[in-house]
Amino acid sequence: MYTLTGLKLKNPTILAAGVLGTTGASLCRVAREGGAGAVVTKSIGPAPKTGHSNPSMVRLDCGFLNAMGLPNPSYPGFLQELVFAKKNSSVPVIASIFGGNPAEFAEVAEGLLPSNPDAFELNVSCPHAEGYGAAVGSNPCLVEAVTAAVKDVVNVPVWVKLTPNVADITSIGTAAESGGADAVVAINTVKGMVIDIESGYPVLGNRSGGLSGKAVKPVAVKCVYDLYTALEIPVIGVGGVSSWEDAVEMMMAGAAAVQVGSAVYDRVDIFSEIGAGIETFLERKGYSNIKKIIGLAHEMV
Amino acid sequence: MLPLNAKITQITEESPAVRTFFFDPRFEDLEPGQFVMVWIRGVDEIPMGLSRNNSITVQNVGEATSKLFELKEGDSFGLRGPFGKGFTLPVKGDKILIIAGGVGAAPLSPYAEAAFAAGAEVHTILGARSAGDLLFEGRFEALGNIYVSTDDGSKGVKGFVTDVLKGLDVAAYDRIAVCGPEIMMSSVFRLLEERKALEKAEFSLHRYFKCGIGVCGACCIDQSGLRVCKDGPVFSGVQLIGSELGKYSRDASGRRVKI
Repeated sequence: MYTLTGLKLKNPTILAAGVLGTTGASLCRVAREGGAGAVVTKSIGPAPKTGHSNPSMVRLDCGFLNAMGLPNPSYPGFLQELVFAKKNSSVPVIASIFGGNPAEFAEVAEGLLPSNPDAFELNVSCPHAEGYGAAVGSNPCLVEAVTAAVKDVVNVPVWVKLTPNVADITSIGTAAESGGADAVVAINTVKGMVIDIESGYPVLGNRSGGLSGKAVKPVAVKCVYDLYTALEIPVIGVGGVSSWEDAVEMMMAGAAAVQVGSAVYDRVDIFSEIGAGIETFLERKGYSNIKKIIGLAHEMV
Repeated sequence: MLPLNAKITQITEESPAVRTFFFDPRFEDLEPGQFVMVWIRGVDEIPMGLSRNNSITVQNVGEATSKLFELKEGDSFGLRGPFGKGFTLPVKGDKILIIAGGVGAAPLSPYAEAAFAAGAEVHTILGARSAGDLLFEGRFEALGNIYVSTDDGSKGVKGFVTDVLKGLDVAAYDRIAVCGPEIMMSSVFRLLEERKALEKAEFSLHRYFKCGIGVCGACCIDQSGLRVCKDGPVFSGVQLIGSELGKYSRDASGRRVKI
């Protein structure tokens, strides 16, 4: 068992927000069949949103590009899904939430409290939803205020998911920590765009979106590395993790746990595979426990 | 993969609201029952079952399909796929029953032809609102017995495909493939459940798709959490026991909507 901000995880792999997290049943499938140590829901906001028009996600040679546009049924509509996930997943369930300002964040968090999420993850990083996500998360003052507002109304851990689309991610991480965050999650997707050369149209319905998958892993590793240095609170690494080797690398940069998103494209049971791979690696290298590799790269000078 | 550029080579009007768009290129390794994401540039991208390895058959129901209906031969649209899991092909000597309602006949027609080519005996129940809406009657008729039902009685049995199905010996078939409006499929599901035939039955579901490639989770069904776009769209009857089929689906925001 791993402990992360007080949550007990059977392995350090977590389903990332926005992936297979629209329904309670899907979250349970990722936990049970997939082997995830914890699951994060789709980001839930104050009002129902249908998101951007399609295409909303395309696979590229180097990863995936998406612009979903925060589709969600709003917190009253999502309660029954969260209740189902809590009841049937047997792993910690983290509610990802978003809003346009501190009051909206607090409203959504309070609204979901009756379903007893094990923690909240604040989405201040979605790169393609006007007025939300990265629009909030690139402003340190707003990040601190949003974090503090949610901390005020809940008594479970609060994680803050950061965008890499800023000049200095550590200043945003520091703001989250000052607001009382229990952990930061890095990174959300990197801004990107693809164009259909037959027609000249940008492919995504939203024209541009966020890049995930293999291409962003080195970006994520560097962000995690820098945040580990700058912050006291744990850093949860996400971005391009699709194998146990990727997970180990992310941990050596300083991640206390990893989240996996796009890689469910290949197989839903990627979580148990990564968890087992980490265990075998620790054994082979003679590390007594996972803490020995977290931030290891910082010592190698 | 980025969308391919599919050039419309021919358009056939099947009924006033249904057209078949033939396109180039052709998907040689299509598993009948698989779908493609059809991108009407600047408007939307929607899932469509393939009615042949180089055609989609579309009912004009919304903004994206109306834009598609404005396209002419020589025009093009974007195309990704084929995606998902198709119908299980029978083996030589099997006897199969196709149950198709409305445009549900589209993905079942290449399946019926592939099954026939594999040496199976193919029977079809084809249902529609009225005689003019019967889709691909000739294609099914060319393969074996066909039973027709229309809501208004303008051709065949007056009523639904289930009215025909009630009179057939389900036990005589090795496989049963179903596609059509959800209310029809759930009636067929209940009838086959009563007759203990769900194990050999397959149903092609439709749900709102967002990513279409199994990542976002918008199309997951209860209680299994299976993804219609990747684990389906074709599911065995057994996979659907106790599911949301016929009860509700989710809209683009993820809200439950009663069927």
